[in-house]
Amino acid sequence: MQLLKRQFFILIARNALRHRLRTGLTVLGLVIAVLSFGLLQTVVGAWYAGANAAAPDRLVTRNAISLVFPMPLHYRDKIRALDGVKRVGAASWFGGIYQDPKKFFPQFAVDAAQYFEMYPEYRLADDDKRAFLRDRRGAVVGRKLAETYGFKVGDTLPLRGTIFPGDWSFTVRAIYDGAEARTDTSQLFFHWDYLNETLKRRSPRRADQVGVFVVQIAEPARSAEVSQAIDAQFRNSAAETLTETEKAFQLGFVAMTESIVVGIRVVSFVVVFIILAVMANTMAMTARERLAEYATLKALGFAPGYVAALVFGESLAIAAAGGVIGIGCTFPVAAWFGTQTGTLFPVLEVSPATVVMQLACALAVGIAAAVLPGRRAARVRIVEGLRAIG
Amino acid sequence: MKVKAIPVAYSLRNLWTRKLTTALTAGGMALVVFVFAAVLMLDAGLRQALVSTGQADNIVVTRRSAGSEVQSGVERTQAALVEAQPEVAVASKETVVLIAQPKRGTRAVSNITVRGLSPAGIGLRPQVRLSAGRMFRPGSTEIVAGRSIAERFAGVGLGERLRFAARDWLVVGVFDSGGSGFDSEIWGDVDQMMQSFRRQAYSSVIARLADSTGFDRLKQRLESDPRLTVDVKRERQFYEEQSAALSGFISILGLTLSVIFSIGAMIGAMITMYAAVAGRTGEIGALRALGFRRRAILVAFLAEALLLAALGWAFGLALASLMQLVQISTMNWQSFGELAFSFTLTPKIVLQSLAFAAAMGFAGGVLPALRAARLSIVDALRAA
Repeated sequence: MQLLKRQFFILIARNALRHRLRTGLTVLGLVIAVLSFGLLQTVVGAWYAGANAAAPDRLVTRNAISLVFPMPLHYRDKIRALDGVKRVGAASWFGGIYQDPKKFFPQFAVDAAQYFEMYPEYRLADDDKRAFLRDRRGAVVGRKLAETYGFKVGDTLPLRGTIFPGDWSFTVRAIYDGAEARTDTSQLFFHWDYLNETLKRRSPRRADQVGVFVVQIAEPARSAEVSQAIDAQFRNSAAETLTETEKAFQLGFVAMTESIVVGIRVVSFVVVFIILAVMANTMAMTARERLAEYATLKALGFAPGYVAALVFGESLAIAAAGGVIGIGCTFPVAAWFGTQTGTLFPVLEVSPATVVMQLACALAVGIAAAVLPGRRAARVRIVEGLRAIG
Repeated sequence: MKVKAIPVAYSLRNLWTRKLTTALTAGGMALVVFVFAAVLMLDAGLRQALVSTGQADNIVVTRRSAGSEVQSGVERTQAALVEAQPEVAVASKETVVLIAQPKRGTRAVSNITVRGLSPAGIGLRPQVRLSAGRMFRPGSTEIVAGRSIAERFAGVGLGERLRFAARDWLVVGVFDSGGSGFDSEIWGDVDQMMQSFRRQAYSSVIARLADSTGFDRLKQRLESDPRLTVDVKRERQFYEEQSAALSGFISILGLTLSVIFSIGAMIGAMITMYAAVAGRTGEIGALRALGFRRRAILVAFLAEALLLAALGWAFGLALASLMQLVQISTMNWQSFGELAFSFTLTPKIVLQSLAFAAAMGFAGGVLPALRAARLSIVDALRAA
């Protein structure tokens, strides 16, 4: 029996290597398919990066009409006074253009002192942080953003306003690192007070208005209760609010572009079907050419199951080879893709789930491709098979 | 030699004999053609939606550097100045905002573009036709909804009431603008909207020029006027820019994927064709012995690969044309509002995908065909 098992694997290996060109091409096809499947899943994952990085103790309060409507600054004190609220910070989306609209990255005007306390995952050196807090026109940039555009501490960074018109310039005072790989380090933060003071001079009517309030709560379990308390506070006022957890807030953005996410998901499975067609073809041709051999094996007394297992084994071996090489390539290619796209995808991380799915897809292709040829090999009648010629 | 070319029937019959292999190889190619064509159709649909939104002789005036009407603000005095220009025949001062509203049947919330405009503004969009109900009455809190918004969003159907900005708005009509961007908007009275949203400034001024050739003069004068800080654009160009980011994303991602996927399908074609050559070595020898030249053999095998590709193209395109029934609705990054558009098949896409499929067939078939053509008669006959 032991001998038979060894023989079985030797047979599979020999069979797989008989048509080196064909096997090589099939493996190459599989590598490409597994690689692109993995990359597409990783891109979909990047869509959810914001939601995955959300902390359970942070709420986001925005104007109930939509994000483009601001709220009055005095809401900050009212929210802070509510029971269960630990910290409140104002944040406004700045939406400035750095050199060229294509060089997009998120920019926020924030309550500097509060904000970095609420987001412990943005790690700053103490000295840099003090320097930033002292400089009203200072800015903090993320590591990935700094590396993409070569920003260094002390650099002057000009931005052209789209929502807040005019030319703005900031001095980079600190670069923050992410506590984890999934932390978004492609953002820029500067002092909300600086934005507000400038608006008071340039367009006073738009001053003292805040885009969103980030609210840190003492107990994450009470998030629903505190959210309702905040919204109740401002019901029937000029600017009604909508408060949700940071995760729900981020998922709201994902939902807006859901069709794109669905499209990418669908396409990532199309590539699996393309390669399934290629692989199934390889196995079908292989089995057709070897019908005489299968008949011989059966004539020698091997069971139909053994013959089918040979086909399945060969198919799985090829699929596994393609899958493993494909997964191996995914990591360097994803890293390269990340540097090429810059800050477009803040976080591009190949998750363990993606690797498992890649392997599962490769093996599923291996099995599915062998079903018809395997059945044919198992069912071939000895006389017919011996008569067949390629 | 009298006999020069091997008949196409030879290649056709070979494909017919190995049905499973032919189907699988062409099937792989069909999927690639499908992805390729679907991406181009999506991009064409997006462009068509946004280009048909703009009228040739309309202009859009927004605040300088504002990427969209939502970001823009034009003060009342500035708007009046624009309106008073001699080149302007009809002008509409408009306010454009976004409201967050759940989609029907889900709890997913998306941004709808709400436009406040005057009767003159409606006249500036001749492509807009009411498909149900009536137009809103000026000075009232009535609104009309674009076709795709009325279908997709909760509370925006005919006769329903929509609550935003602390007021109830009655939907009195549904309009159809022929698949343009306006189908994804809600329209209401500009003064009511300004009041409800507590806005002091308009978002944009849309104007029709008395004479389209006056555009450059007007643009130059307005943009250099020290009292104004505005950008003046033709409406067509304005909406083209609105689609640039999304269109760029779709076409770059889609074409990259098509090219990568096509490598898979080419490998499939190559495997099939190598097997076809190997399996028919004897036949090739016989054909050569009958007097067919190497070139004829090369052409016959290339023709077989191209026929496979043509089969894949036909199936792939048939599949893709079914996508025309699907409407996509997503957030346009530039305007931050929901935008609906359809997959649109154009003659250009039919030809482009044919060229793409032919390229795949050629790339997959050329090496095996060369191998077939290079076989020597004696070796080939002996191998049989």
